[in-house]
Order: sequence, then C-alpha cells, then structure tokens
Amino acid sequence: MSPVTLLPTLLDALTAFLIVLGGAFALIGSWGLARLPALMTRLHGPTKASTLGVGGIILASMLWFAHHGEGASSHELLITLFLFLSAPISANMIAKAYIHRRFRRCSAPEDVETELPAPPGERTDWATFGAPEPSETSERCET
Amino acid sequence: MIEIALTIALGCVALALVLNLWSLLKGPTAPDRILALDTMVINAIALIVLFGIHADTSVFFEAALLMAMVGFVSTVAYTKFLLRGDIVE
Repeated sequence: MSPVTLLPTLLDALTAFLIVLGGAFALIGSWGLARLPALMTRLHGPTKASTLGVGGIILASMLWFAHHGEGASSHELLITLFLFLSAPISANMIAKAYIHRRFRRCSAPEDVETELPAPPGERTDWATFGAPEPSETSERCET
Repeated sequence: MIEIALTIALGCVALALVLNLWSLLKGPTAPDRILALDTMVINAIALIVLFGIHADTSVFFEAALLMAMVGFVSTVAYTKFLLRGDIVE
C-alpha cells in the first residue's frame, strides 16, 4: 500500500480511536457521578473525565470534517474552549453552594454540620459565608 | 470502521445519560441535582456532536455551542440562587 492511499486509512483509524476514547471517558465520568459517596468526591467525575470525553469527541469531529467535509472549521474549537473554560467555574460554584448549605456558622439546626476548618488569615472567612452586607449569620461563632 | 466506533460511542454516551438521570433522581441535596444536570448537558453535547458525524452534516455544531452556553449559564444561575436566594442582585 502506497503512502498516498495509506493516509486516509490512518486518519480514519485515528478518528475512530478518538471517538471510542471520548465515549469511554464520558461513561467513566458519569459512572463516577453515580457511584462515588459524597458530593465533594462526586465533583471529580464530571468535571474531569466527562469534559475530557467531550473534548476527545469534538477533536474526532474536527478531524472527520477536515478530512471528509468542507474543510477545517473553528466552530468545534470554540465548543472545546468554552467547555474547558466553564467546567472549573461551574464546579467551583457547585462546591460553594454545597458548603453554604451543609455547613452553617451560627444557630445551626441539628442535622447541619458546623465543623468547617477556618481559612488561613486573621479576619477572613470562606467566600460563601461572607455576605456583601454584614449580617448576624455571616459572623463567626464564639466557641 | 467509523460506523462501529460511532455505535460504541453512542451506546456509551446513552448509558452515561441514563446514569446521570439516575443520580439526578437519587441525589439527596440540591447541589447534587445541579451537578447531575450539568453532567447531563455535557453528555448531551457529546451526543449531538456524535450524531453530527453520523449524519455527515456540520449544522449541529451551532446546536452544540448553544447547549454549552445555556448549560453553563443555567448551572451558574441555579447555584447563585442557592447561595443568595436571588439570581441578579
């Protein structure tokens, strides 16, 4: 087989490999989401494995349409860039919401844990407890 | 070859969506459900892109880009509502 006829076969093989890899990573991320015990561990599956899986699938799609379609386009690169930028931000927001709901500082109900290690620094608190206008619930308990 | 790979990957992503639906129904607290919805959106983007390769058209990229944006904004809006009790302050 000459190199000219071998190249499309190699590109197809690379595309198929990336598609299978992306699907496997997406499945592993979702399995981790369903399987892991607590939310802070459960965050790892979707934010890392699933994002990587979608990145692989979009890379395979770029290869496929550069090879078979109207030529290379930058749309897919936009999707990848946006997903890779937005995944850490949404994970951070979900973790903040979890901390905010799970750990209270003062006048906590019975079922809510109050133990949360204090952040380093003198007069700081976790961002989710620091309200823009200081209220009674955002101050630290004197224990 | 590409058809076999597409079949395997579509099966994987469909199974991932079923697992996400299960953890969306199970998740004990609201942040768990938000995380499951966010993962569902990511897997739906993967499904749309795979279907675009299968149908051999590039019109689905706009749909995938729109879903990425709407999913991110809705996740941030949900968590903002949990944190502040309001979305736009």
